[in-house]
Amino acid sequence: MTEIICAGFGGQGVLTTGLIIAHSAMMLGREVTWYPSYGSEMRGGTANCTIKVNEGPIASPYSKAPDIVCALNAPAVDKFEASIKPGGWLFVNDSLVDKDRVYREDINVVRVPMSEVAIECGNPKGANLVLLGAVAAHTGLFKLDELDEQVTEYFARKGKINPKNSDCLHAGARL
Amino acid sequence: MAKELMKGNEALAEAAIRAGCRFYSGYPITPQTEILEYLSWRMDEVGGTFVQTESELAGINMLLGAAAAGARALTSSAGPGFSLNQEGISYLVAADLPAVIIDVMRIGTGLGDIAQGQGDYWQLTRGGGHGDYRTIVLAPASVQENCDMMETAFDLAEKYRHPVLIASDAAIGQMAEGVNLPELREHNIDSFDWAVRGCRHGDAPRKIQNTYYTRPDYVEYLRDKYAAMDSEQRWESYMADDADVVLVAYGISSRVAKEAVNEARAEGFRLGLIRPITLWPFPNRAFEECKNAKAYMTVEINILGQMADDVRLAVRDTRPVDFYGTFFGLPESDVIVEKAKAMLEKEGK
Repeated sequence: MTEIICAGFGGQGVLTTGLIIAHSAMMLGREVTWYPSYGSEMRGGTANCTIKVNEGPIASPYSKAPDIVCALNAPAVDKFEASIKPGGWLFVNDSLVDKDRVYREDINVVRVPMSEVAIECGNPKGANLVLLGAVAAHTGLFKLDELDEQVTEYFARKGKINPKNSDCLHAGARL
Repeated sequence: MAKELMKGNEALAEAAIRAGCRFYSGYPITPQTEILEYLSWRMDEVGGTFVQTESELAGINMLLGAAAAGARALTSSAGPGFSLNQEGISYLVAADLPAVIIDVMRIGTGLGDIAQGQGDYWQLTRGGGHGDYRTIVLAPASVQENCDMMETAFDLAEKYRHPVLIASDAAIGQMAEGVNLPELREHNIDSFDWAVRGCRHGDAPRKIQNTYYTRPDYVEYLRDKYAAMDSEQRWESYMADDADVVLVAYGISSRVAKEAVNEARAEGFRLGLIRPITLWPFPNRAFEECKNAKAYMTVEINILGQMADDVRLAVRDTRPVDFYGTFFGLPESDVIVEKAKAMLEKEGK
């Protein structure tokens, strides 16, 4: 079982990033749950979602000790860094989080300049895909080419086809 | 058809459309509002009617009108909104009308809170409105079951001319899982000889009213109807036949209970699970196979262990029945195993 939390400001695409992970894992034949924080959330406030990926059935959709945290802003690091399993992964949005920040030593921290890389790819809306590329390259959750295929499929179902999405994934994977 | 990733609430809504539901009336309340949000555009696509009413009272009473006309009609609510539905449910029962009402359970009394809960068990299974009635209650434990139970709910409602309740919860409503959606089915609104469809010249008029006013055999009719509904007991049994302690859990709690069974079995402790799929009629027959059970424990998200009473009745108090209830948060599998072991210890093995 792999447990993932995506967290950040409302509007950063945190929930969508989680949906792309869940969709891709589902299409690759795994069991998935995706669970959003919900309730009296407000625009500009915090948002997060929990994704579980497993070969067999999943009991609870909640996670107490995630394997992977994608933190798209500093409050997300504050909230979830301590809960990551030792040896787990923290992906930090280097475009927004203080570069001198000090992290736990028993986890792997990957700094991803999401916005800058997405702009370099000519696809500023693809910042979250840069992050997903980095997740694929480091954690083994997905092979990059299978993730690429499923991301294309995810957006194709919504009638949005953009070849630069692949560029973002691949650029993220090179970080 | 390819698998879809859907939220539980969206799956309920889409499955209702596919079961031929063409009328929805209701009012938003967390954690079930996605049902309205989804149907507000989807109902239009299939030529049905979606009404966001001014209150849950209006919602349940418009539903009564649509059901009287022979439509497959749906409403949904949660918490205090579901309480407001109760008067209308009693009226649906009184008038022998089929309809489906979804309760996406949240936690607590009064306003409570929006987290998942299972505190509506008594309200759901005892007849939450006034008078002397019960309704079939289906309890899905996954987004896929949210899909699968919707058509079953309408079929059962029409079979017995009686409202059917779906007891979902916030966890299953809010989470997304992969689902295979059922085929789209059309419902013929003219398929019933009792529905009020307008009186053509020369036809005998039809009336929908309280059957107490019209049926000389009212008491026998209702006793027979409830006895027949008792045959609809549904459940899932998981390693219960040889278990020393049998857990009883439904909905989101049953998934954690199943995980606890797997953990216990891995260390040689014979734990089992009965998962009621109908909360009413309670699956009494499921307990016949628990030949080895020394004790039973319900796992629920409420304070009072509401389902434990039904287990005591099912096993006729021949074995001790306890409960593990959580309030804000799901039950934990390791706590379930620990408590079940303690129960077995107490019974002297």
